[in-house]
Amino acid sequence: MSIQVIQLTKTYGKQQAVDHIDFHVATGEIVGFLGPNGAGKSTTMKMITGFIPPSSGGGSVCGIDMVENSLEVRKIVGYLPENNPLYPEMYIKEYLTFMAGLSGVSDVKKAVTDAIALTRLGPEQHKKIGQLSKGYRQRVGLAQALLHNPKVLILDEPTSGLDPIQVAEMRNVITDLGKEKTVMLSTHIMQEVEAMCERVIMINKGKIVANEMLTSLKERHKGSLEDIFKQLTHHVDLI
Amino acid sequence: MWTLYKKEIRSFLGSLIAYIVMGVYLILTGLFLWFVDGNNVFDLGIASLQVMFDIAPYILIFLVSAVTMRSISDEKRLGTLEILTTKPITDAAIILSKFFASLTLILFALLLTSVYAYTISQLANPVGNVDMGSMLGSYLGLLLLAACYTAIGLFSSSITDNQIVALLTSMVISFFFYAVLSMLGDVSWLDSIGRSLAWFGLEFHYDSISRGVVDTRDIVFFGGFTAIFLGCTQLVFESRKW
Repeated sequence: MSIQVIQLTKTYGKQQAVDHIDFHVATGEIVGFLGPNGAGKSTTMKMITGFIPPSSGGGSVCGIDMVENSLEVRKIVGYLPENNPLYPEMYIKEYLTFMAGLSGVSDVKKAVTDAIALTRLGPEQHKKIGQLSKGYRQRVGLAQALLHNPKVLILDEPTSGLDPIQVAEMRNVITDLGKEKTVMLSTHIMQEVEAMCERVIMINKGKIVANEMLTSLKERHKGSLEDIFKQLTHHVDLI
Repeated sequence: MWTLYKKEIRSFLGSLIAYIVMGVYLILTGLFLWFVDGNNVFDLGIASLQVMFDIAPYILIFLVSAVTMRSISDEKRLGTLEILTTKPITDAAIILSKFFASLTLILFALLLTSVYAYTISQLANPVGNVDMGSMLGSYLGLLLLAACYTAIGLFSSSITDNQIVALLTSMVISFFFYAVLSMLGDVSWLDSIGRSLAWFGLEFHYDSISRGVVDTRDIVFFGGFTAIFLGCTQLVFESRKW
């Protein structure tokens, strides 16, 4: 089991951002983490990657406890945060070299070359990050997450703000990566999930409202994923 | 930790900050030492760097605050702090790397003024007749003082994502601990309370080391002061977890 989350909870004041959720992601799976804005997707991902600790509950990544052993977890997880933060004044290679060093990579040069090849950054690799288009910036963010050859990838809205062609390219890259790695990606775009994921975890107001294979979910509810999404999230609204 | 330290140094060198800080420090101390009317070296007729050592703590308040203002606030503004803190590196290592990088820069600025020290020793009669103990003590004092300022600067930078706010906060806190507390020691009606307060000021200990007497108590005070502000920075880092 690559990611295992048990009764994970995050409370901000009185608000339950993430409310006792349980799920697991098997090794080699690509799982879509779906939900409207503010549902708790990012908060959950931040807890798994060790940016913030859970209020209660916990979990593990590849059998390593995410709270007790956060530093060890970070070594095997590649993380692309929401909005893809970068240093605009740094050169791509300079940035990736820096990140590889931070991730504790032994052969930094090879790691950087590999990550650039995997994310097809080749033609732009000598530019400053600030000069790049949004699509290329997103690839730099993804390359940063791949440097230490992590077993698990956690991508928070990897395709947000990209144009259709860039979205398609990003999907190809992620699908390729999914052949070797466990990928958990969040999005609120339905087509995204249909194009890339085998399984969907839907979350609304901090609670999981669906967690099943894409095919069976569609079969059971009939209709497009978008309708199902509306139906499920609306359903919880009423309660 | 080494990786982050190198990156910080590179970003200083790449963004002109390093050259401006060193240049401004050298020019300002030079002006006060050689040119400003009234108590420059020639007016006083004493081969001593005392004038520079008296004014340097005030120049450093400004310069150290300028060096440290963006170190954490900018990472917060860009959101890159989330990337740093989700790499296999502890919060303490991040803070210490930034601390030592900024301090290294200031150390180089301080070392540049050794040109003045050499000039002074050549001007002395006979040549080389300067109070070495006092001079070395003062340099050590300035370095320790810069460490305190750097810790204050990092703390100020950590509580905001705005560089200007960080700069001003840092200058106010530094000025308070260097000058205001020691001024309280001179207020007559405060009497012994004022003198006790002055003991907590940085100037008291800086003056003490500047005389050339390296007292363990002063070193411990500077070390403790730096550690407290670095600890506060660590607390601010951890506040995201509350």
